[in-house]
Amino acid sequence: MTAFIVNGKEVSVEADADTPLLWVLREELGLTGVKFGCGVAACGACTVYFNGKPARSCVLPLAALEGANITTIEGANGRETKAVQTAWRELQVPQCGWCQSGQIMSAAALLAETPRPGDSDIDAKMSGNVCRCATYNYIRAAIRRAADILEG
Amino acid sequence: MFAQKMSRRGFLKSGAAFGGALVVGAGAGGKIASASAAGILESDFVRVSSEGVVTVVVKHVEAGQGPATGLATLVAEEMNADWEKVEAVFAPADASRYANLFWGAQGTGGSTAIANSFMQYRKAGAFALARLRAAAAKKWKTAPENIRAENGVLLFGEKRAGFGEMAKDAGGIAEPQTPPELKKPGEFSYIGREGLPRKDLAGKTTGRAKYAMDYRPENLLHAVVLRSPKFGGVLKGFSSARAREVRGFAGAAAIPSGVAVYAETPWAAIKARREIQAEWDFSRAEKRSSEHILSDFQKTLTQPGNIARNDGDAEAALRGAAKTVAADYTFPFLAHAPMEPLNCVIQFRGGKATLWDGCQIPTFVQNSVAGVFGIAPENVSVVSLFAGGTFGRRATPSCDYQTEAAHALKQSPAPNRPLKLLWTREDDIRGGYYRPMFAHNVRAGISAEGNIAGWSHKIAGKSIIAGTAFAETMMKNGVDHTSVEGAANLPYSAADIFVDVRNTETAVPVLWWRSVGHTHTAFAVETMADMLAESAGADAVDFRLRHLRGHPRHSEVLRRAAEAANWGGKTKPGRFRGVAVHESFNSFVAQVAEISLDKNGAIKTEHVWCAVDCGIAVNPGIVRAQMESGIGYGLGAAMRNQIALKEGGEVLQTNFPDYEPLRMRDMPAVTTVIVNSGEPPTGAGEPGVPPIAPALANAIYAATGKRLTHLPLAANGAKFA
Repeated sequence: MTAFIVNGKEVSVEADADTPLLWVLREELGLTGVKFGCGVAACGACTVYFNGKPARSCVLPLAALEGANITTIEGANGRETKAVQTAWRELQVPQCGWCQSGQIMSAAALLAETPRPGDSDIDAKMSGNVCRCATYNYIRAAIRRAADILEG
Repeated sequence: MFAQKMSRRGFLKSGAAFGGALVVGAGAGGKIASASAAGILESDFVRVSSEGVVTVVVKHVEAGQGPATGLATLVAEEMNADWEKVEAVFAPADASRYANLFWGAQGTGGSTAIANSFMQYRKAGAFALARLRAAAAKKWKTAPENIRAENGVLLFGEKRAGFGEMAKDAGGIAEPQTPPELKKPGEFSYIGREGLPRKDLAGKTTGRAKYAMDYRPENLLHAVVLRSPKFGGVLKGFSSARAREVRGFAGAAAIPSGVAVYAETPWAAIKARREIQAEWDFSRAEKRSSEHILSDFQKTLTQPGNIARNDGDAEAALRGAAKTVAADYTFPFLAHAPMEPLNCVIQFRGGKATLWDGCQIPTFVQNSVAGVFGIAPENVSVVSLFAGGTFGRRATPSCDYQTEAAHALKQSPAPNRPLKLLWTREDDIRGGYYRPMFAHNVRAGISAEGNIAGWSHKIAGKSIIAGTAFAETMMKNGVDHTSVEGAANLPYSAADIFVDVRNTETAVPVLWWRSVGHTHTAFAVETMADMLAESAGADAVDFRLRHLRGHPRHSEVLRRAAEAANWGGKTKPGRFRGVAVHESFNSFVAQVAEISLDKNGAIKTEHVWCAVDCGIAVNPGIVRAQMESGIGYGLGAAMRNQIALKEGGEVLQTNFPDYEPLRMRDMPAVTTVIVNSGEPPTGAGEPGVPPIAPALANAIYAATGKRLTHLPLAANGAKFA
């Protein structure tokens, strides 16, 4: 039994120690906003916050989760996340949308660390999140818009 | 995807009852509803609730390309509805009501969603409004023509009522015998409007949008399939003894595509699959390497092919030309790799099957799944959910993954439990149904006056449609339309043009990949056009325009892209440009690509200027988004994507790390110009793809003097930053 916190609630999960957090979130807890894209931490669709930092849940085994604090798109409600979601809607970023939970989680984390990210910051922090619809320019613009919203 | 109307034979009408539609759009106030508001005024396409919510029943799959918003726009336009109160739901599988009017089957592809629905959904909106006006006229004791509608409100003098207030009365009024008059383009207020919010934004920014993989019914069993490591291999036998050690393993069974491995969770299924020991019969499998296959394809180019076009005498013209240019081209297999790996949920109860799926052709799925269970197609329901991308992959004529799911359910250790079939990313990359590998040889001449004198284009590759339901209409005299589209209809003026194709064989399954034949023909044609311009000593844009007489829409997009890019003007130091123009799916797109070279000779695509003529742009924002999407999709593939077979026939690539998708740092700035048009709408999802690869290759030539004609470019002489 592994006990940890997901979106502010304590959970305990009985599963093999190598079970990736991704499948625990989606299948045991019903948090399907977290998406399966590659299973090898190469696309970012499964991005969650692990003790406040973005992490790829598809390669985070249950064994590493005892006492951890996990936040998914369903529970992310920080001011950066809200600003990013607003900007995403204003600029109409999503197309198929499968990657966008992960994009939003990564973008909000970027803004929390770097309130005024430049192109190279965005390239560095967002290139791990793949979008096969190539919404990248929209994402870039929406991150800038979210930075404006946060500055008020 | 499919360019032509398909035969009605081969798919049956389905009479599945309406049910299971899920709301995809924002309801009033942007809130996501959990079930659509009960319709009081109802038709096949439009429902109006007593709260005044207008629900549009969308017959096309929403995979990001925007039909949920597009079809809702068409209805809202003719109803003068309040956009905030318009929602979209997905139609059930029922070709009798929801067929693609270009095909006869219900399906999405070939960039036809808006084109085939343009009049149908507008009429549906107009009929709904006519009934609302009739109801209001009755109540207010006046003639219907005296009732106006504005933003979801019916008006007569001082009187006003929301659509919802009249919906019940309107529901009792029959559709008028004479179809209501539709708006003139000058009267459009939603069609063509900038900034109209998409209907899927709320769900897709909160994680709440539901895709097939997110559907989790009670008592769900999971399955993955162990498939032959070589294409065309057949299962001889297997042992699941070791898999029994995996917690949650529920069984394994032979099915036509391999071994279905069942478990209580997806992870347990994935783990158990690693423990299955299978034996395969590879006697009919593809065992050649992709290099070997390609070389075999190339050898056929010197042999006679099936003639797709033969104007004048191309060989004589080439012999008489002042100069000739020739090039060999090769194109690799490409996986579609949609972000949401393939999956569906299937259930079989009381002689009826139900699928939860984000598929492109529900009618085919009904037929294929019905075949597996030996039931009638109308006893197969398909509940459409969002698709996390498809690009053609969720449209196999054989319905490969849905059929596989049906077989897996049939052999399931618990056939009464619903089953979710999951393809992992490795399954997707290694699973076939690729953009076919192609080899081309193009020879063209230039006259002393600098005009094209003779054009010979020879093509070799595996036909996508041979042996499918599409063959009857899309295959003539051995010419698969999808192998030669974009080549056989060469727009450049020349008296002597020859195009032929050889349908070469391999056991590797092939499929339409976003823009289909144009993915390779546009590259060959548009790099050859560049070579000819150079040979004629002409500017690449001027040369094309000179040879595009009689093709005003090609010419206009080319002029507009050149103008936007300030073609011929000064560029920043270290920047180089290439151009291409191409028609696909009845839309016309030109692109200018600007690249930079760093001090190590590494290339970065910095900016793409794009001009598109897709007729009336119903949602200009979505058209621009689709152009960028097509540019990004085509660019990543041209740069570095290929599926290669090792000697022996196994796929070399496994997942994104070695099938590296375009990423944020690779994406150029994009400027898109939409040509104003009063023509009926045509495609947008695919036409952005074809020009980018040749525009990039032409820019690389401008920068380096290297004429790259083998794809992907990174494996054939280009270095990217």
